Amino acid sequence: MRTVVRHRLFWPAAVLVVLLLSNLISSPGFFSVTLQDGHLYGSVVDILRRAAPLILVAVGMTLVIATGGIDLSVGSVMAISGALACVRIADGAGWAVAVLAALALSLILGLWNGVLVSVIGIQPIIATLILMVAGRGIAQLITGGQIINVTDDAYRVIGAGYALAIPVSVLIAAAMVAVAVVLTRRTALGLLLQAVGGNPVASRLAGVHARRLTLLVYVFAGLCAGIAGLIYSSNVSSADSNAAGNLIELDAILAVVIGGTALTGGHFSLAGTTLGAVLIEALNVTTVTLGIPVETTLLFKAVVVVVLCLVQSATFRTLVLRRRKNAIGAPA
Amino acid sequence: MTDSTPAVLEMAGIRKVFPGVTALDGVDFRLFPGEVHALMGENGAGKSTLIKVLTGVYDIDGGDVRLAGSPVRFAGPLQAQQAGISTVYQEVNLCANLSVAENIFIGREPRTLGRIRWGEMRKRARALLARLDLDLDVTAPLTSYSLAIQQMIAIARAVDIDARVLILDEPTSSLDAGEVEQLFQVVRRLKDDGVAILFVSHFLDQVYAIADRMTVLRNGRLIGEWRTAELPRMQLVTAMIGKELATLEEIEEQPRAAAAALERGEPVVEARGLGRRGAIEPFQLAIHAGEVVGLAGLLGSGRTELARLLFGADHADEGTLAVGGRPVTIRSPHAAMAHGIAFSSENRRTEGLVADLTVRENIVLALQAARGWTRPLPRRIQDELVAKYVAALQIRPADPELPVRTLSGGNQQKVLLARWLITEPKLLIVDEPTRGIDVGAKAEIQRLVAELAGGGMAVLFVSAELEEVLRLSHKIEVLRDRRLVEELDNTGGLDADRIMRTIAEGTSQ
Repeated sequence: MRTVVRHRLFWPAAVLVVLLLSNLISSPGFFSVTLQDGHLYGSVVDILRRAAPLILVAVGMTLVIATGGIDLSVGSVMAISGALACVRIADGAGWAVAVLAALALSLILGLWNGVLVSVIGIQPIIATLILMVAGRGIAQLITGGQIINVTDDAYRVIGAGYALAIPVSVLIAAAMVAVAVVLTRRTALGLLLQAVGGNPVASRLAGVHARRLTLLVYVFAGLCAGIAGLIYSSNVSSADSNAAGNLIELDAILAVVIGGTALTGGHFSLAGTTLGAVLIEALNVTTVTLGIPVETTLLFKAVVVVVLCLVQSATFRTLVLRRRKNAIGAPA
Repeated sequence: MTDSTPAVLEMAGIRKVFPGVTALDGVDFRLFPGEVHALMGENGAGKSTLIKVLTGVYDIDGGDVRLAGSPVRFAGPLQAQQAGISTVYQEVNLCANLSVAENIFIGREPRTLGRIRWGEMRKRARALLARLDLDLDVTAPLTSYSLAIQQMIAIARAVDIDARVLILDEPTSSLDAGEVEQLFQVVRRLKDDGVAILFVSHFLDQVYAIADRMTVLRNGRLIGEWRTAELPRMQLVTAMIGKELATLEEIEEQPRAAAAALERGEPVVEARGLGRRGAIEPFQLAIHAGEVVGLAGLLGSGRTELARLLFGADHADEGTLAVGGRPVTIRSPHAAMAHGIAFSSENRRTEGLVADLTVRENIVLALQAARGWTRPLPRRIQDELVAKYVAALQIRPADPELPVRTLSGGNQQKVLLARWLITEPKLLIVDEPTRGIDVGAKAEIQRLVAELAGGGMAVLFVSAELEEVLRLSHKIEVLRDRRLVEELDNTGGLDADRIMRTIAEGTSQ
């Protein structure tokens, strides 16, 4: 099994290395990292810093996808979280109060998704589509339709600050990845999630509380998106209901898929997801340094998604095999 | 209907092989115009495969199919339909939101210049239904009619495609007695019109009421073809279930205590009038420690439904369940497990194992689920438990880190049993633990069940194979048409014939 996982991560890792190396063509000093004023500077650090919100969102998404679900609302939750934090700060609340309020709301939004999916039984894509669409409206309601600018140095540290020479946002993302890894691999959560995603009927008959676990992963995904929203709004010192987390759900799903977690649920890889998120950000940076127009980035991403999904699809594989052998599949 | 009229459909030496299993092995089947022919057999006998061959879903690996004398080979369901073979499935395959007429003609509406001729369509729909003696408002939505009528509308649609052969695949499974009679009137009319009808049902009474002829399959082989009038029920049941091959190792004749001796004290689990509408009628059942209770009955008789109620996989509408004498409410498998009940499902693949997880992960799943996610079973203990049961049950290959899907059926079954054994249940319910596995593994599992009961565990043993139910059980509960009809003490005089008689007639008299 270990060799298979290694194999799965081999290609994204190889693509990442090639992408990074290709930057050397137009920017020979791409890999140089310097220490200025006790802060690490350099393109590689920059990629990680920019990838931090995506890593967070994608980690939450990984667990949701492991149960066979999906969460389209993460971008909207980011916008709501950032909006609430900025409005509270603009109203004169302390940064800590604002952050806690935003995180609490994110948990509630995650709970909403979880209830729709696991208790009421709506298909995940539809259930989370509701908040994806309505969430932007909620964010605008919170900000009163304005872009809220804040000047709170403490709040700014979350997205733009440094600690121990490393960007705080990168530390937060790393911490959340670590939390997710410990939660899933040090407890039995990982096994039970994989069981639910792999065969929900069998899991229920084995006594797994499939509903409760499903609820839990949506709450966790909400929390991750909320933190990502704080990082985003803190970095730009403002809350923009439309720009925050715009289309990040698609990048997050892509990161999960690149990382070797199948959209059908079951086995998941948090390391793979993190790698996938960094790869996507590296791709964005690379297209800029190489001077490729932004439109090409989107096209290339689309091609990667299509190819990866096709290769993962059992139906597609049997279709190809059937074509080749002209044989008929196994009994129903 | 006499043998002098040429058969409309003749299948000879049909062979269909799937990876690892021969689903059909040299099966012959013929169908005459104007007859209702029942295709009989237990699960895995090959009925579905044969129907799928006939309707062009599967290609065959051997044998030939002749329709009205000329050889045919269908490349897909559409071709079979165009050749005059129509199928009506168990679930109504119509669009609930469309009208009756639209449902009948969907996809082949009468048109002029691309415009649908609604009047013509309604007229033809009425005429078609009149042929079946049905007087319906063809403009009303499908859902305004009962399931039985919907089923008949599906039949009307099927026969309008100029059907020479009509396949009815368990058309009565969701109908009540009155509706079944309605449906049968329609079937008889079609028969009189010369349509050849292939009828599949698990309800013996219905088969005897409607079929002129029967073909019985077992394990992918043809057992025989009979006229219904010449095949007593007893003989039919024997043909379907069969006698076990003598190659099976005998369980060492350990002195099996009489059920009466075990039935002192509180039963481990007792069902009092437990029932669920549409699944199993209310039943009484008590299972004591050290006792093996066998459930016998044909497919669809309610065997699995009864087991699922005890485990909380389905909710009972009425009655109570007592564990160790105390009434309990069990609303989920998790709750049942907390009371020491374990259930190994008959569908290893869909309801038992998680195919992508490893042997170890599958074995510890239930125990881990019982503990909850916050209290992980330490890896060392997992490895010890798994190693112990891999050795005890002789699971091969003995590598706990292999994905469970790579194991053979028999070994997968042992993994599933191991999952429940490590939870140390008081009552173990095993549903068809020996189905689809080789003879050696079968004997091992039977011996294991006997040993577990010897060690004081209560076991509910569900199997379609009477021989193994007889060999293992202290008492046998016989089910028929979703009702527990009789409890037989397995002491001395009981034999398979007696049980079959009970299954066939409803009583042992």
